[in-house]
Amino acid sequence: MTLDAIHWALLGIWGLLAVASLIVFVISKRSEKNMTELVQRTQSWWVMVAIFTLAFLVSNTISIIVFALISFLALKEYFSMIPTRRADRRVLFWVYLAIPVQYFWVYDSYYGMFAVFIPVYMFLFLPFASLLSQQTDGFLRSVGTLNWGLMLCVFSISHAAFLLILPTTAENSAGGAGLLLFLIFLTQFNDVAQYTWGKMFGRRKIIPGVSPNKTWEGFLGGVGTTFVLAIVVAPLVTPFSLAHAAAAGLLIPVAGFIGDVTVSALKRDLGVKDTGSLIPGHGGILDRIDSLTFTAPLFFHFTRYFYY
Amino acid sequence: MLQKAFYTLVKIVVLFLLGLNVRRKELLPTTGPAIIVANHNSHLDTMVLMALMPLSKLKDIKPVAAADYFFSSPWKAWVSEHVLGIIPVERKGRDRTTDPLKGCCDALSDGKVIVLFPEGSRGEPEQMTDLKKGISFLAERYPETPVVPVFTHGLGKALPKGSFLLVPFFCDIFIGDAITWGGDRNNFMSELQDRFNTLSTEKTFAPWE
Repeated sequence: MTLDAIHWALLGIWGLLAVASLIVFVISKRSEKNMTELVQRTQSWWVMVAIFTLAFLVSNTISIIVFALISFLALKEYFSMIPTRRADRRVLFWVYLAIPVQYFWVYDSYYGMFAVFIPVYMFLFLPFASLLSQQTDGFLRSVGTLNWGLMLCVFSISHAAFLLILPTTAENSAGGAGLLLFLIFLTQFNDVAQYTWGKMFGRRKIIPGVSPNKTWEGFLGGVGTTFVLAIVVAPLVTPFSLAHAAAAGLLIPVAGFIGDVTVSALKRDLGVKDTGSLIPGHGGILDRIDSLTFTAPLFFHFTRYFYY
Repeated sequence: MLQKAFYTLVKIVVLFLLGLNVRRKELLPTTGPAIIVANHNSHLDTMVLMALMPLSKLKDIKPVAAADYFFSSPWKAWVSEHVLGIIPVERKGRDRTTDPLKGCCDALSDGKVIVLFPEGSRGEPEQMTDLKKGISFLAERYPETPVVPVFTHGLGKALPKGSFLLVPFFCDIFIGDAITWGGDRNNFMSELQDRFNTLSTEKTFAPWE
């Protein structure tokens, strides 16, 4: 029974992807315009969904390792993009080392340490490690930027992995895996929905100083679609009541939007278009998980507060 | 055999720990004779260029490196020659009777691809210095051989001179169109320098001081 719900949900995602690919295929055949990016994007989705499904089906441990690798790639992208100091090479190394440690707490279900390791211990340790080089020029900027990257790429994302080890309960037969699937699916679906609504009906700009392509129509259309989908799929993979499913159905698209524009603001500041070139058609890995950096911790605490 | 095993390991480290953003990989010659010239920031430069090559071609690709550094002890010399596949070149013309470029010439005549760092030294990381003229003497002797410029960024951040701690960064590898010997040393050098200037301004890199 436990496995069934998850399997159906995964099948549903593959089915949706197949339908979406068919639509993209038809559009790209009919359209006069160059659709390379859209086609590349769709192809990349197949690869990402395949990796995710595989990790999901093999074991929790593999899934945790996959999330740790996502954090590593995102952090590396972040460090490659921002100004850094040569004197901080060693400090950067410590920041990277925080990844296996943080994900070990996840693996170990050690919630207390998981919740404080980065915001307390790493937060206090990094400035100390940085001052050992005795180069105070740019000290504040360095400590600030390193901490922010660590929070965004590692601390936030590790909350998605922590969902996995939440146990199954009487009202939730799909357990943590179901919750993770719910979070990831809705976050990514919302990205696509907001993008699609914006492309089709977008007129009024929502925050042009940060992200000139984002519109009210895209935002509201995306929130509406994700909201409906959340209510439909919640009974399958989560323990949520209708009210909680509705709340999660608003929380995820709104937080996802904020995460998206936050990374956009960062990119604007640095003068780059994409955070990297790891995922063809999408840009870098941070471009793909920007929404998740906000939805993962918020959804995790929402669930934990009401159900665990 | 040993070389293949070593570079397989290098490929894993380079592609996973570092991660490369390669532009125009198709311009990189894998069959000789050809000369690849790259800017030099780190020991990783050679490793990365070798990691971009198919394993089956590795035996035909020869990095050129300073004899005074890589062949300074018998142990180092053995590794440099048999594992890394390095051609030694004397940086300082101590001995005027021998041709410092002989190793390179032999390799080119043999149809190999050689990898040269015309800055001569890794120097300060991520700062390009003037190109040494040795490359033009080589191009003059092999006027038909394509000289392919490769600009790399980020490797000096990951592993600068004098450090043993590898810190992961995504690295950019931009490959330019080949040039050949046009008949004049100064023109050749300035054309090569131009290629590097164009490649190095293709992207705005994050400051690193």
